[in-house]
Amino acid sequence: MATRGFTGRNSGSDLSDRIPPGQHLVENFPVLTAGPTPRIEPADWTFTLKVGPRPIKVWSWSEFNALPRTRMTRDIHCVTAWSKLNTAWEGVTIDDILADAGLSAPTPFALAHCYDGYSTNVPLADLAAGKAMVALNYESQPLPRDHGGPARLLVPHLYFWKSAKWVNGLQFTERDEAGFWELRGYHIYGDPWREQRYTHD
Amino acid sequence: MTDAAVAAARWQRCTIDEIVARTPTIKSFFLRLTQRFDYKAGQHVDIRLTAPDGYTAMRSYSIASAPSGSDMIELAIERLADGEVSPFFHDVAQVGDTIELRGPLGGHFLWPGRSETPVLLIGAGSGVAPLMAMIRYRKASAEPVPVALLLSSRTWNDVLFRDELLELESSLSDFRLALALTRERPTRPTDFGKRIDAPMVADVAARLSASPGRVFVCGSNAFVEIAADAALGLGLKAGAIKTERYGT
Repeated sequence: MATRGFTGRNSGSDLSDRIPPGQHLVENFPVLTAGPTPRIEPADWTFTLKVGPRPIKVWSWSEFNALPRTRMTRDIHCVTAWSKLNTAWEGVTIDDILADAGLSAPTPFALAHCYDGYSTNVPLADLAAGKAMVALNYESQPLPRDHGGPARLLVPHLYFWKSAKWVNGLQFTERDEAGFWELRGYHIYGDPWREQRYTHD
Repeated sequence: MTDAAVAAARWQRCTIDEIVARTPTIKSFFLRLTQRFDYKAGQHVDIRLTAPDGYTAMRSYSIASAPSGSDMIELAIERLADGEVSPFFHDVAQVGDTIELRGPLGGHFLWPGRSETPVLLIGAGSGVAPLMAMIRYRKASAEPVPVALLLSSRTWNDVLFRDELLELESSLSDFRLALALTRERPTRPTDFGKRIDAPMVADVAARLSASPGRVFVCGSNAFVEIAADAALGLGLKAGAIKTERYGT
């Protein structure tokens, strides 16, 4: 249905292979968080890998920073309809985290857990094979606190609520268990190219 | 969020029933739904505009009206000079136009209800919209929940829903209103003539009959950061502070 009198700023744009349906480009980096921004000092920071309820390995900040580093430049897409192109990240891939813990493919699904109580679910297939990382730097700087610093999950090919801020652990699960927003009306998988915004999309 | 609410969140057409200029930069749009839905105070809708070539633009807007069973909802839309959708609403949209919408959406920033614990609401500019839905619902439902609203606006004339808020302040015994005007001196002794800070939040919280158990904050990210940190400073747990950020 065409809206009477609406032409649109990005109409006719040649970026259609970069911008998923219903999204618009932004130059800034909006912040959307459901509660206060936590303060986590690197000295107090830990990252815990679990399989089910069982902790497999815990890294301190310095141990985690000693893991292999990977850089990724990706387009990101927020469910609130903004997209940002060419965002540059550096961190530790999930593959390298698993390798350091001596694991390969523990279970088909995972839940990311965070310092503020937030959680989100992502299949292993979307975390492994270089697709995702725990990001420590953004645009060559330590990750700002309101963007999830000191560390956030980065799963750039899914809607950005999956890229959980203030991440402190990854829990592998046998079943796909819904996280914070997935329990509150948002899609269980969240593929921007299929516009999987809300539960029944 | 209930399954029914999720199932109802499909795209539908609504009609602009009335447009009311609220402030120099904010207009209210009263939208008549073709498929009425039940919603909770604090929820939002997605609006989708479609250009003749098929290009679409989508934005989220909080519902400012209180849940009432009506098929009409109110959205308060601020005209952003560099915006794409808000200038359309302000400059092009007319009564009788058809708009695509889906909702209700959002299962977190919700009026708690059924509790006598005081609630502190903190908003900036058009960010008062979801808080207004809560205040209106609180009045209509006669729930015995003390509420205080701290609302930051540029000037007296920029205060969204000003006259209604002033009327509520004088008619409801357990509703407190404090305005923070950032570009004008306030005339009321209970208001502030500066930007929000932690002492201001503490001052307004202290006007409630007991310490607030829940805090809702809506505004720009910079505003929300200050307000949420101030609420933490009152001793509230992070989980009791819910925030909605414009994403700017």
